Amino acid sequence: MKIVVLVKQVPDSGAERTLKSDDFTVDRGSASNVINEMDEYAIEEALRIKEAQGGEVTILTVGPDGATESIRKALSMGPDAAVHVVDGAIAGSDAVQTSAVLAAALGTLEWDLVLCGAEATDGRVQVIPHMLAERLGVPALTGARKLTIDGDSRTIERQTDEGYEVVRADGKAVVSVWDTINEPRYPSFKGIMAAKKKPVTTLSLADLGLAPDTVGLANAYSAVVSAAPRPARQAGTRVTDEGEGGVQLVEFLAVEKFV
Amino acid sequence: MEFRLTEEQSALRESVREFATEVVAPVIGDHYERGEFPYGIVKRMGEMGLFGLPFGEDVGGMGGDYFALCLALEELARVDSSVAITLEAGVSLGAMPIHRFGTDAQKKRYLPRLCRGEAIAAFGLTEPGGGSDAGATKTRAVLDGDTWVINGTKCFITNSGTDITDFVTVTAVTGTREGGKPEISAILVPAGTPGFTVGPEYSKVGWCASDTRELSFVDCRVPAENLVGERGRGYAQFLRILDEGRIAIAALAVGLAQGCVDESVKYAKQRVAFGHHIGDYQAIQFKIADMELRAHTARLAYYDAAARMLAGEPFKKQAAMAKLYASESAVTNAREATQIHGGYGFMNEFPVARMWRDSKILEIGEGTSEVQRLLIARDLGL
Ligand SMILES: Cc1cc2nc3c(=O)[nH]c(=O)nc-3n(C[C@H](O)[C@H](O)[C@H](O)COP(=O)(O)OP(=O)(O)OC[C@H]3O[C@@H](n4cnc5c(N)ncnc54)[C@H](O)[C@@H]3O)c2cc1C
Repeated sequence: MKIVVLVKQVPDSGAERTLKSDDFTVDRGSASNVINEMDEYAIEEALRIKEAQGGEVTILTVGPDGATESIRKALSMGPDAAVHVVDGAIAGSDAVQTSAVLAAALGTLEWDLVLCGAEATDGRVQVIPHMLAERLGVPALTGARKLTIDGDSRTIERQTDEGYEVVRADGKAVVSVWDTINEPRYPSFKGIMAAKKKPVTTLSLADLGLAPDTVGLANAYSAVVSAAPRPARQAGTRVTDEGEGGVQLVEFLAVEKFV
Repeated sequence: MEFRLTEEQSALRESVREFATEVVAPVIGDHYERGEFPYGIVKRMGEMGLFGLPFGEDVGGMGGDYFALCLALEELARVDSSVAITLEAGVSLGAMPIHRFGTDAQKKRYLPRLCRGEAIAAFGLTEPGGGSDAGATKTRAVLDGDTWVINGTKCFITNSGTDITDFVTVTAVTGTREGGKPEISAILVPAGTPGFTVGPEYSKVGWCASDTRELSFVDCRVPAENLVGERGRGYAQFLRILDEGRIAIAALAVGLAQGCVDESVKYAKQRVAFGHHIGDYQAIQFKIADMELRAHTARLAYYDAAARMLAGEPFKKQAAMAKLYASESAVTNAREATQIHGGYGFMNEFPVARMWRDSKILEIGEGTSEVQRLLIARDLGL
């Protein structure tokens, strides 16, 4: 089975993150950048499928030059090769445009299954898997907490707020995963050494036959018109219990409509 | 002259650091409190290849070197010393004697499982009657036909009594050399061999999630082929193992010393006293600056010793100096970090309390500070 895993480099969600003040895009320069956390679960799932039934795992990243660092790290977990789409014109693209670039890049590859994280911790729009499946004309199995491959059929347990749904598709598909699906491995030294020698193909928009004026901030379908930092948290209400504490607590919960 | 890590060494360090903060840090306090060996953590360390770091891929290792092991030990100990010493003892005391001196059959049989961390091994040198004076070993092994019959007691042996302990390599007197000195050899005793009894876990001041036991051998019989290395070379062999091990202990000590800096910087920025963060006071700043200085200097010392060892140059003195300086730095940093944390530093739930408890043994295990000074002085011709 040939699996392509979508890997995005994002600013570390554990550190301070900011938007640029002029165009409200994510400030990638000042942040320490890491692999989108959810994508590590997609990589792990792909590696487990490969270990169980053989095949090949390729990383696909759309991102600036600096994303090579995350690509190497992804490769050190075990995938065989990577494709890096890098082109200055892509900067600031929205989900619709990014999905077009990903679809074009997948057109240059042989694949049976696309795996990706259910969301990226920077944009958190959660629509890339669906858009990509639509462009590729294949089923979207999204939000998996479990994936079973049986011959030609792919079955997921889609995680929902209430429980889960079982969704199945046959043949090629795009599967997005949540962090409940597995426990990603940490790169071993052997993996780190091997990653150095793995092929990374770099593609530009021209290589994909895409015109520069179809992507990028200026041509995006959506625009961020304003942004403000989250206001600092207000100090809470302190209730001193003088025998009435319980009552006050219930009153608070009632006012806030918790009970 | 280059003391910078390669890209791959940095990546390894990063990978172990993430493992330590994400997998070890959240749960190790509970293991420590209950004195439980962290099987789950050790399993995952095995899966990421840490136990196979310095061994070749032919035996299931990672194809790295001793320095790679040291980097991993430093990053683990930055978060917790019990898991770090489990790795250190497992690799440099457990697997290394087999790797260096074992027969092909021994290597084939034992190293793959040790490399994967599915099993661990121990090295039993210290006896109730003495550790520093290793030549005074009382444990005896007598060859009876094609069987060694071992009698004696070993104490404070790391990794010797876990559910996944495969064997213990013990040193024993196997005869008398010319001139009357005892002939000491190393013999591999599989766990579960009749006559080999593992005592209960000691109640320790520190390293509480690491496994330490007393071992007794009463007419314990193992095949003659369980000899590790040459008969009568046991003493020279373990001196080599201990020299290397000191670099690893130095790395572990640097990790603890650096962990103290990490925790102190964090706390000094949070804790307020007299209207200011305590980190605003120069008294605290200088303490932390000195701690960073010690960690950094000790790191350079072990990098140097490791570089010499890997280049095949003499490294005994450098290893002794690195171990001595790093362990004393760890003890000092742990004391200062606890001080910076005030009363909270005396509470077990704070990592610095654990570091304080874990630091002292570094001046004792694998050669006391006095022994290190003896080695340095001897190298100077004294
Ligand atoms: C938690 C833990 C784990 C351990 N793990 C292992 C293990 O896996 N395998 C193993 O074999 N051992 C292990 N040890 C034993 C450890 O290596 C010894 O405790 C150490 O070598 C010191 O030996 P000793 O305790 O017998 O002290 P002693 O040798 O009795 O020393 C007592 C004191 O006398 C000093 N001294 C001794 N000789 C001299 C001298 N000539 N000049 C000046 N001062 C001297 C020492 O420095 C020390 O201060 C472990 C110990 C502990 C506590």
